Amino acid sequence: MAIETQPESAQAPGGREPGGTPKQRSWWLRPAWHTALIGAVIGYAIGHWLGNFMTPSFVATGGGANDSNDTAIVLGYAFLVLGWLIGLGVFNDLVRQMLGRPIPQLEEEREAVGGLSRYFRYTLDHKVVGIQYLVGMLVYFFTGGLLAMAIRTELLSPSYHVLSPTAYLEVVGEHGTMMMMMMTSVILGPFGNYLVPIMIGSKRVAFPRLEALSFWLTPCAYVILLSSFLLGGFPTGWTGYAPLSIQAGEGMDAYAFAFGLMGISIILAGFNIIVTIICYRAPGMRWGRLPMFVWSMLTTGFLFVLAAPVLVGGMYMIITDRTAQTAFFINQLGGSSYLYQDLFWFFGHPEVYILALPGFGIVCELLPVFTRKPLFGYKIAAAGMFGVAILSFFVWQHHLFMSGINPDMRPLFMLTTELISIPTGFIFLVALGTFWKAKIRLTVPMLFALAFFVNFLFGGISGVLLSDVPADTTAHGSFFVMAHFHYTIMGGLIFAFFGGIYYWLPKVMGITMNQRLGKIHFWTMFITFNSTFMPLFAVGMLGQPRRVFEYARNLETLNDWVSISAFLLGVSMLIFIFNFVMSTVVWRERAPQNPWQARGLEWQIPSPPPPENFAHIPVVLAGPYEYGDPNALPVADLNPPAGVIAGALTGAGASTTTSPGSEA
Amino acid sequence: MAAEAGPAPAGSKGVRRDGLWLLVTWIVLSIIGCLLVALVWGPHIPPGDASNTAASQQVDITVLATIATPVVIGILLYLGWALTFWRQKPGDETDAAPIHGNTRISAIWITATSAIVLALAVYGTVELIAPAGAGAGQGPQPIFQRGMPPATSDTSWTPGTNNILQVQVIGQQWAWTFRYPQFGGFETTDLLIPLNTPVRFNVTSLDVIHSFWAYQLGVKADANPGVNNVTFTVPKQAGQFVVRCAELCGIWHGAMYDYGKVVPVAAFMTWAHATEIQLAALTKILPPYALTYDPTVIANVGKVNEELGLTSAGGGYYNPADPEQP
Repeated sequence: MAIETQPESAQAPGGREPGGTPKQRSWWLRPAWHTALIGAVIGYAIGHWLGNFMTPSFVATGGGANDSNDTAIVLGYAFLVLGWLIGLGVFNDLVRQMLGRPIPQLEEEREAVGGLSRYFRYTLDHKVVGIQYLVGMLVYFFTGGLLAMAIRTELLSPSYHVLSPTAYLEVVGEHGTMMMMMMTSVILGPFGNYLVPIMIGSKRVAFPRLEALSFWLTPCAYVILLSSFLLGGFPTGWTGYAPLSIQAGEGMDAYAFAFGLMGISIILAGFNIIVTIICYRAPGMRWGRLPMFVWSMLTTGFLFVLAAPVLVGGMYMIITDRTAQTAFFINQLGGSSYLYQDLFWFFGHPEVYILALPGFGIVCELLPVFTRKPLFGYKIAAAGMFGVAILSFFVWQHHLFMSGINPDMRPLFMLTTELISIPTGFIFLVALGTFWKAKIRLTVPMLFALAFFVNFLFGGISGVLLSDVPADTTAHGSFFVMAHFHYTIMGGLIFAFFGGIYYWLPKVMGITMNQRLGKIHFWTMFITFNSTFMPLFAVGMLGQPRRVFEYARNLETLNDWVSISAFLLGVSMLIFIFNFVMSTVVWRERAPQNPWQARGLEWQIPSPPPPENFAHIPVVLAGPYEYGDPNALPVADLNPPAGVIAGALTGAGASTTTSPGSEA
Repeated sequence: MAAEAGPAPAGSKGVRRDGLWLLVTWIVLSIIGCLLVALVWGPHIPPGDASNTAASQQVDITVLATIATPVVIGILLYLGWALTFWRQKPGDETDAAPIHGNTRISAIWITATSAIVLALAVYGTVELIAPAGAGAGQGPQPIFQRGMPPATSDTSWTPGTNNILQVQVIGQQWAWTFRYPQFGGFETTDLLIPLNTPVRFNVTSLDVIHSFWAYQLGVKADANPGVNNVTFTVPKQAGQFVVRCAELCGIWHGAMYDYGKVVPVAAFMTWAHATEIQLAALTKILPPYALTYDPTVIANVGKVNEELGLTSAGGGYYNPADPEQP
């Protein structure tokens, strides 16, 4: 049995000389969000000028007043990001190290910058990055949600009445893209970055600078994506199909750049989380004792690293098609519109599971705690996650079932797509087995975990219809698809996300969220969510295509029902915001260290966690789900006797024989 | 399949035999549910039975829905059961009995889901091949042509011969036009097809990707620029059907709908011959019939659209200065 250990001395990278502290500048010169903002503005101006300078012969081909130089806009964005990062001080340590100067370490940084200002800086502290991500992703989520309200307002009437067709498509595209960009990171960003090091018994992550960079790219992507509204929006929805995206106005540049930037962000986040999980586990944290949430983060991280580069490539090709007059996606000039669809979905379908696996992880983490039972089939759950992750790379062509590309391959892709329901079924098996003769505690997080399974059931079943080519002939491109992926993404991932917030906020902030308001939030959200998206299955089957502002008059009643439910769903989010703000800012009810009597390693340390996470690197003694086993060892020894880290691990090694649960 | 998932309480004689009760309830509810779905709901499931492809899809969706019914019932029943009977008793702070897994139950579950999934894939393939591609676009060289006559002549068609009727569907922002190569290649905005006659749609686009969705016929094929996407159907009921664009194609995507008609063969022939003569002048300025077109080399694009009475800027790019008023 190999135990991966990291001596504490190995956790401090960089060739720092002892005693070398960088001198502090006055506060307004220290890199933070305000210097980044100045950098971004200057960067955009330089880039825009450079773009116009590089293309002196540019003529507005469309002849319209709004047509402007795509090269200038794209370079503007590129330099905006560069200026933003320089202003943040992302490159400072790099330059220091190249010049042979000492670079500040995490501990020194904590002493130098205290209080709230840490949350507005490029920081090495994974817990700060986690909070930054949480706030950032909530901003993304609520912006996308407001755009959804606008869509549903337009669809109150079968002809167009509130938004013009242009504005409608802008809103649809922004909603889809914003949500998809945010969903990739919504759990790995906040919970993954914050909790994974604590769950595996580490004081830090592997690449704190990459981690911080991955967060600080997301505000840029947000602003750039929204700036599309100023440029006339993009008419393609979140998929950005060429050649429509080549033909579109300059708002399209914002889409391609922002989405590509988000791709880079998740690649960095993925690398960091993978290496952290593999290399920074505490002694005794064997693979068989890893919490399911960490397994889900590992698989998600692999999907990030393997799928997102294809997205970045696709977006890059769109940008060059639009600026440098390449023709990757233009049929008449030797390109292919199929190429874009393949590139996009080669990323897009693994992405679908990027949006599912973290949800699996959270519910698998919550179920044992609130059923007071060990997880049923730990290995099956981990295998299910890996099965889903691997298969997700072999199914993307089902998005092209109607497109006419290699039609003889459709039975194969039908098979691979349906095969995914086997590992997904593992997760359901694990859940149902865990419920067997349990002592269920119906807390707010548990309610969300239960709703996850109900919603994901409908999402999964409708997915089987979509994977079947004859049934897909009717369902493809209709509201049925739209209802399907809202069931899996919102009904699955977002319910798990809220469950995670209610579950871990006491740990993260040391503050309990109001449980009564939490229950009201849950029930309003669960009922209105189903009442919004269940009728859309019918709407789609009855012939309403996606992304239309006009629909058949006989579908008006259903659409109005859906719109009103959607507004109420928005109201349920207001309940959450009210609860979140009041609980964390006004009421501030102290949470006990371990309010859920959970065995997870993160619950064994004080709430909120101390800056160091652990005073000593803990020695993990047992699996995290040994509920109900009177002979189970405590999950970890937080104060291991001296010398344990150095290698005298006999105690931990012997203990594994007495905790067979982790082998189940 | 779902309800028996709980591990059998090995040896323990509980007061309430959860497994047995769950199994019985699940089987009873599933039989009722399956019968309701297959027999009561089935005949009303979209897209109806106005063509052979639509009918096969209706059967296909009914079969899938019937198979899904026990799964949904099982899982919801189990969750409901768990919430009813396996709740924490007030004041009971103890943990439940530790069950780490059950190999037999897991093996049954995995075997059952794998068997269902493989059966579904086989069934889906059969349903795809049997009705000549189930109405889905098959690209330029359709391989699923079971029961369809071959395309022996591109220039003439008479009912009842071993030659399939071809209709070219051309998508452009934001209108559909239809060309009948076997009737002199005239192009019109009306879509008429004869009843009980195999039809081959050749779908293509002049600009961006559209998707030709004849809802009641159960036909859907992407219209890709520079690609001929073929699909087949045999209309079985006379009457109107809706044609919508099912792939986002720009601003007026939502307004890109049309109506087609299925008419008796005699009426179709009368209409086709009359339209061929009526549109002879327009056919002359059209580019010769081809499976795909390059809009950048088509002369008279504007004139053709004017003649066809298209209100859109179809065939060329819209005016970027004012795209809402093409």
